[in-house]
Amino acid sequence: MTDSEYYWLVALLLGLGTFLIRFSFILVVDRVTFPEAVVRMLRFIPASVLPAIIVPAVLLHGTDGGPVGLARPVAALVAVLAARKTRNILVTILSGMATLWLLRAIL
Amino acid sequence: MNGIKYSFLSGARDSIPILLGMVPFGLICGAVSAGAGMSLWGALGFTWAINAGASQLAALQLMEHHASLAVVVLTGLIINLRFFMYSASIAPHLKTMPLPGRALLGFILSDQAYALAIARFHREDGGEVNKPFYFFGAAMAVWVSYSIGAVFGASVGTIIPPAWDLGFAVPLTFIAVVVPAIKDRPAGLAALAAGLVAYFADGLPYNLGLMAGAVTGILTGYLAERRLARD
Repeated sequence: MTDSEYYWLVALLLGLGTFLIRFSFILVVDRVTFPEAVVRMLRFIPASVLPAIIVPAVLLHGTDGGPVGLARPVAALVAVLAARKTRNILVTILSGMATLWLLRAIL
Repeated sequence: MNGIKYSFLSGARDSIPILLGMVPFGLICGAVSAGAGMSLWGALGFTWAINAGASQLAALQLMEHHASLAVVVLTGLIINLRFFMYSASIAPHLKTMPLPGRALLGFILSDQAYALAIARFHREDGGEVNKPFYFFGAAMAVWVSYSIGAVFGASVGTIIPPAWDLGFAVPLTFIAVVVPAIKDRPAGLAALAAGLVAYFADGLPYNLGLMAGAVTGILTGYLAERRLARD
């Protein structure tokens, strides 16, 4: 049970701070010219941030012990192959979830 | 460049496969909020104000342990520092939008909307849509489905069996988006370095492992590209 005043204060402060982080560059972009090196680095943001979220989520979190612990990594591998082959988001998600459920059922 | 309505709808349409992952994500956040003793409106208010699942879950967890307000808010903000990177990366594509519109786009910026839009803008046909409105369509669709998930979660989320592991749809969504975006060797090296560092730095507090991985990846990609250009 959480005190509701405390809860709303967290919602307000965390919400406001998160908004300011999100809005930061979008706000100043037409007034500031970024250096060439920064512009070149921007291209690598998606290819870096997403794997940094994916790898720990797949290999370290939510894993069970024993052979069942292999379910998430194997399901993720299947999803990577599906993504390379089809470049289709839906097929990737469904093949990963199906593999996960199948492995959980048989392991 | 096509019209704004067409662009908005393209963004919304392209996000449909991702929405499958958003509903369970919202559902989990809503269910955890309700589990912490919040009313439906409390859980929704939390979701709408913050609109970033990972930080919401961390904040809730800390609040359960009666952490101080400063610790809860700072932890949530550190987890959300990645939005600085998204903001910097997407900003050049949104600058034709007037300021109030840009504030709205900033408010609904999410991992998923960012990933989807930047993938489209980097494609050869990326310039065929009005970019701010394409992003608006994608981000709105993500935001609405996340909210729907949160409503469900706050009301009935506790009856979904944990064995389904619906939360796994979230990393799968990111795999679906990032794999096609890795088109050349510098991008591949960036992804590899980022994943490796994030793996080994996972024990760091405040999700700093994510930031360490991301920054390493960005620098690796940049340096690899410079090296290739010199050869």
